[in-house]
Formats: sequence, structure tokens, C-alpha cells
Amino acid sequence: MKLVLHTQPEVPLEAEVISPDFLNGKTADEVAALTLFHGNNEVPLSEFFDVSGEIENAHIEVEGDLTKVKLLGHKMSDGSLTIKGSVGAHLGAEMTGGEILVEGNAGDWIGREMSGGRIIIKGDAGHLVGSAVRGSATGMLGGEIIIQGNARNEVGNGMRRGLIAIGGDSGDFTGVNMKAGTIFVLGKLGQRPGAGMIRGSIISTQSAELLPTFTYNTTFQPSFLRNYMIYFRKLGLDIRKEYIDGEYQRWSGDSLELNKGEILLYAD
Amino acid sequence: MLINTTEIIDTFAEAFEMWGSRVIITAETEKWAMAAARSMTGFATSVIGCRCEAGIEHLIPADDTPDGRPGVSVLLFAGSAKGVGNRLVERVGQCVMTCPTTACFNGLESTESVVVGGKLRYFGDGYQSSKVLGGQRSWRIPVMEGEFYVDESFGLQQAVGGGNFLVLGKDLGVTLEAVEAAVDAMRIADIILPFPDGVVRSGSKIGSKYKELPASTNDAYCPSLRGRVPETALPEDVTCVLEIVIDGLNETAVAESMRLGINAAAREGVVQITAGNYGGDLGQYHLQLHDILRG
Repeated sequence: MKLVLHTQPEVPLEAEVISPDFLNGKTADEVAALTLFHGNNEVPLSEFFDVSGEIENAHIEVEGDLTKVKLLGHKMSDGSLTIKGSVGAHLGAEMTGGEILVEGNAGDWIGREMSGGRIIIKGDAGHLVGSAVRGSATGMLGGEIIIQGNARNEVGNGMRRGLIAIGGDSGDFTGVNMKAGTIFVLGKLGQRPGAGMIRGSIISTQSAELLPTFTYNTTFQPSFLRNYMIYFRKLGLDIRKEYIDGEYQRWSGDSLELNKGEILLYAD
Repeated sequence: MLINTTEIIDTFAEAFEMWGSRVIITAETEKWAMAAARSMTGFATSVIGCRCEAGIEHLIPADDTPDGRPGVSVLLFAGSAKGVGNRLVERVGQCVMTCPTTACFNGLESTESVVVGGKLRYFGDGYQSSKVLGGQRSWRIPVMEGEFYVDESFGLQQAVGGGNFLVLGKDLGVTLEAVEAAVDAMRIADIILPFPDGVVRSGSKIGSKYKELPASTNDAYCPSLRGRVPETALPEDVTCVLEIVIDGLNETAVAESMRLGINAAAREGVVQITAGNYGGDLGQYHLQLHDILRG
């Protein structure tokens, strides 16, 4: 089934119904009749999207400039969602399974509090990737987010489990307050990475300025990184051979918390 | 049935249900991966005395291993799923974790599994940490050289243990040549030959005159006892018998390995090739030599 945006919304459009879980078994006419919130007005989906085809193998394709369309793939548990264009905030929020592929950029809060499945962004992503909502202590609980471009501030804020990989740079406070899980940044980390982290790993292939609450341990070749790097290669990230074979500085922190977290920096 | 001048006896190898697992060991170099694999598969010839049977299945090129380093595939078999789990914890812990630069991965996708890394992690004394990648949890255990990385669980499946055949030769030289050729031909995927370089000279029968022993020498096939035993199984011109035992993840692989081995062993000077069985009442698998050879 294919949904094509024909009218640009003036204010954010809340499209949580566009998810394989919700659309499975419905005809194109039934999908077109579903309602969305455009600002605070409830409007039929057909007011913004042309709908065609049938759902096969739980796959949905959405096309257009969707930067004002929020919550695509919300609570998705199975199937696949391909987005041909850029997409707005809260993509894949609270998802538990399935796969979302974005062939453009993504907004803020992607994979917010997700617990399973995989999100792949071929372009850049906004702030708070895989994070908790404001007022909540716990972010992402599982699954994978792969961003081939850059991501902005507070990647993995409060994350407890799961994997976030960023092919480019990340913004400030990467892994802030993270409880566990893994964040890879193939580019540069912004300021204050790992601030308040309890456990978990933040890895970068570039040097970084760390907080004084992180302590240097050693420079070595962590076995697990090899598996991750090879895995990322298969998912389309550009992994240089020296990142697989090379050594990394290991820093422990944040000593203001349990000091059980780590930041690994590629030792050029 | 004759192959070359060797008579293939119309009998069967009696094999048993076992549980099997596959362990992938990687290391910085093939030398260290092999060192760990050899250590892990040492003293693992027979469940009778070693509580498991294990062997090296094959080398794995670096491009095909989970971490891109040279690897070795090891198969380990025991009489129960719990037995496989216990032996893996012992042997991965004592032989692989101890070996410089190694990592250890599950090599068998299965619905059933046993916890291995999830138990070895306690060696980390609280400094261990886990990682989940592609749905598989693994453990990072700090060691003096760096970290030992091991999968939490290893798959296991029902398997076949004790496929076998015996090579009856006119003298030691020709019998050794025959079994060496057989072993070279038999090393295929999904099987191991658990005895030293694949060959066993001390084949056994069930039971003993000493009640505490579950097995004892296979006297019917001992040339030096030809005149003493009630009934010898040896033709007059046989002076040496060597056996090859095969364990496999499935019956098809065991049978195919036996077929390759028998064909390679049959030659001038090998009088007979037969197989060990216990009348058919004990083992769940009866591998008929003639059926195997006919394909």
C-alpha cells in the first residue's frame, strides 16, 4: 500500500494511524477514511494523502515531504514502513518491532521510548534520538536506531537498553543520563558526552573532550567492537577497516553516578 | 559386498541419540584460535570416560566469522542437554577464556539452548557487562589481557553419537594407511571424529568381568586373544584392527562421512570392514553399511 502526501499541512499532522499494525487488513478506501489530528482539528486522512494499493507482507510506503507529519509508525510491532522523503518528529515512538526505513531526514524524538524493532535513517536526525520524553527518566528500552547522517543534541537521553549508531556527528550531551545500552558515533561527539551516565557504552571514532568525571583506563582493542562494526557495515554504514582492527581509549564514568559507564575513543 | 579386494560385512553400526552444540572460537591469529580449540577438545574422546565427546569441525576464514578474525568451529556432544551445558561452561571457561585474544560465539541456531556466557560472566566479579546485538546477548568479561567476549547462550540439538566402522588389516602398516586415508576423506561439515586424529585402537564392548566397569576391551576383535576368547570375530589373516568413531549433528552427515571413509579405506591388505553394534537393542540408530555404500 502506498500513501502519497498531496497537501502540505500548515501545522503538525499527528499520523499515528500510519503503521502496519493499524492498517493491516484495511482497504485503500478504509484507510483514506481514517482520521488524523491536524492541529486540534480531526480530519480524514484523504485530506492530506492519496492512498492506493493493498497491504502485502505488512509493508507500507509513504511518500512526500513529511517534515510536518508526526508519529509515523507509533507503537508499531511488526511489518515494515518505508518513507520516501523526510519525516517529522516522534517517528517510531514506543515501537516494539518491525522496521522503519527513511530515505530522507528525520525530526526530533525518533524512536522515543521504543523497546524493539529497527529504525534506519539515510539522512540526518534531529534532537533526542531514542530518548525519554520530558519528565520521564527512562528512554529507549531496546531495538536499534541507525542514522547514516548526523544527529543533534541528547542522543539516547535516559536510554536503558538498545543500540543507536550514527554515521556522522552527534550533538551535545550524547548519552546524557543513559542507564545502559550502546551508542556509536562514527563522527565527532558534541560537548559533555555521557554526562550523568550510569552504565552503558558511548563509542566514537574521533577524539573528544570529556568531562573531568571520566577516568582514563587503558588503550586496547575491545573484542565486541569488531562484531558491532561488521554488523553496521551490513546495515550500510561506511566503516573503515582501521575502525575494526584499531585500538580504543577506554574512559570510565560518570563518577558522579555509579562510574560503571564507558566512553571508548578510537586511538588514531 | 566387495570394494577393491576388501569385503564389506553386511552389518550395521549402532549409534546413539546425543545432544550436540557448535562453538565458534575466534582469535587474533589462527594459531591462537587453534590453541583454544585443541585445548577445548582435549580429553573428549568418549562419554564413557570424559563425560563428553568433542572435536574440531573445520577452520573458518576471517571473512566468515562474527568478528572478522580467523576462527575454528568445534562440535561438542553429550548424553543430555544439561550435560552439554555443563561441559561447555567448563571447557569454554577453562580452555577458551584462558587463551589469549579469543572470543567465543554460538554456531548453532536452534530453538533449544543452554546458558554458557551467562554463567561464565561471574568470573568478572561485578566488572562484567553485557551487550545485545541482533537479538543475541553476549558478555564482556574483563581479563588481564583485555576482555573475553562470549555469547550468553549456545544452541543445541539432538544429534547422533557413535557411528563407527572397523578396519581389519593384514598388518599394522596397511591398516594405519587405510584409516589415515579414511580420516582425510571423512572430515565433512556437521561431524567430528573424537578419537586421536580420528582413530581408536581400544574399541570396547559393553560390560566387564569387573562389575564397576561399564565397558571393557572388545576381545572378539583383539588378534592377541584369538586363541583364548570363546568366539573370535577375526579372519585368520588379520593381525590388526583399528576403528573410526563418528559423531554428527544429524544421521545423514554421519552416514555420508562413513561412506566416504569406507571407500577410502578399502584396499589391498584390508581384509574386511565391519561395524560395531550391540545387537541393535541399545542404540536408536542402525547405520547399515551396505545401505550407506549403495547411497
